[in-house]
Amino acid sequence: MSEMLVTLALILAKILFIFGVVLFMAAYLVLAERKILGRMQLRYGPNRVGPFGLMQPLADVIKLLTKEDFVPARADKWLFLVAPGITAVTALLVFAVIPFGPTLELFGRQVPLVVVDLNIGVLYFLGVSSMAVYGVVLGGWASNSKYSLLGGVRGLSQMVSYELALGLSLVPVIMMARSFSLTDIVMAQQSLPFMLLNPVAFGVFFICVLAESNRIPFDLPEAENELVGGFHTEYSGMRFGLFFVGEYINMVVIGSLVTVFFLGGWHGPWLPPLLWFLFKVLAVCAMFIWIRASMPRLRYDQLMNLGWKILLPLSLVNILVTGAVLLGLG
Amino acid sequence: MHVVRGIRGTLQPFWVTLRNMFRKPVTIQYPEEKQQLPERYRARLILTRDPDGAERCVACHLCSAACPVDCISMQATEAPDGRRYAAWFRINFTRCIFCGLCTEACPTLAIQVTADFELAGRDVLKLVYEKEDLLVDHCGNNNSYNFYRQSGIGVAAPRGTNPGETSPADVKDLMP
Repeated sequence: MSEMLVTLALILAKILFIFGVVLFMAAYLVLAERKILGRMQLRYGPNRVGPFGLMQPLADVIKLLTKEDFVPARADKWLFLVAPGITAVTALLVFAVIPFGPTLELFGRQVPLVVVDLNIGVLYFLGVSSMAVYGVVLGGWASNSKYSLLGGVRGLSQMVSYELALGLSLVPVIMMARSFSLTDIVMAQQSLPFMLLNPVAFGVFFICVLAESNRIPFDLPEAENELVGGFHTEYSGMRFGLFFVGEYINMVVIGSLVTVFFLGGWHGPWLPPLLWFLFKVLAVCAMFIWIRASMPRLRYDQLMNLGWKILLPLSLVNILVTGAVLLGLG
Repeated sequence: MHVVRGIRGTLQPFWVTLRNMFRKPVTIQYPEEKQQLPERYRARLILTRDPDGAERCVACHLCSAACPVDCISMQATEAPDGRRYAAWFRINFTRCIFCGLCTEACPTLAIQVTADFELAGRDVLKLVYEKEDLLVDHCGNNNSYNFYRQSGIGVAAPRGTNPGETSPADVKDLMP
């Protein structure tokens, strides 16, 4: 009985830890993005609130919380209110299966640094992450505005275009690791990260998660210069904040997934494993910010072409080649 | 060829953004650093004085007539020696668009623009400037002009004694 209680407490502690760290990272990722983007555009970015603008996320939250929570006339009220939550919650849910460190020895107990080590972790990630698009689509549909609807529809068809390639690009990883569990996948990269073993799968996966995160160059659902704000045009206050923070939580989650699947998770020389994991996640996030600063938005048909005509065949061929090589090696 | 151009076009921006990240931003950090404003910048209006220290304004209403947003109002009155001046003079800076048309219209160079643009405040009524707020102790951008010395008739000096003025013609006289 007490054994079970301790296990439960440990899981709760891990959830709280992840919750805190991810939300903190998301908040400061916003600041980091604004600052880096600013410097790349020859300006400073936020530097007024607190030293170096470090209190900016707090100020933003206060601003968003005190703003009016507005529901447009003839909007589908319940869907409108629920949609931002879907985006933020699904982004957080994916973190349940992400291992962020090796098994710890704590008070004579084995504590794996993952909330649940599902033996179908990859499938869980694919399933939950596709749910995130519901927030975009429902929010866009419920707003009763043409721009929001266009944004939502774009989000949906964008998902259709990249999701297949996203799933298929993970198949070689599963074949190489011989497991669907994310912990096992990290363990399989002890000597060499899969990024070096299978760069094609890494490239396809990276492009697909970029599309999954709805960021430039794939921010078609948002497209602020054509669709005002896309799916979140009609949102204000903390509901917009939830969409916003969901996007950045998503960025942290995607950074962790790229780390787990291709960058070797917590493996690395000299530094402690947790630091290595954090460092790799931040590196992926920095890459995302850099991409945002450097690339224009793809046109709608270009995204479709890229997804269906290039990424999908490429990942299929990659599966074949990886399978042949693995068979050849025995 | 298309492929090469495509790859170059995709990779080049990354180099450009990276390079720019390490350059000094062009931002002027406003409250601490201030921009060097042009000499003829148009912002807060002032009422200047002539070189002798008297008010230049003769309350002719030309500035308020020229004002496109009607933000200038005044009451004209006369001193015992016949010199006109404004009993009160009011500029509503919440309406002023800083077009400078009043300074163009002013025949005595009394109303002038300054480069002081920091007018923001929380109380709207504090932006309604009265004559004592507008009047300054200097000549503004012209240190020599004195309307009454140039053309003020019979006030600063008797007729015909101002510099560059000939004595008035006697219209009843037939002599050349």
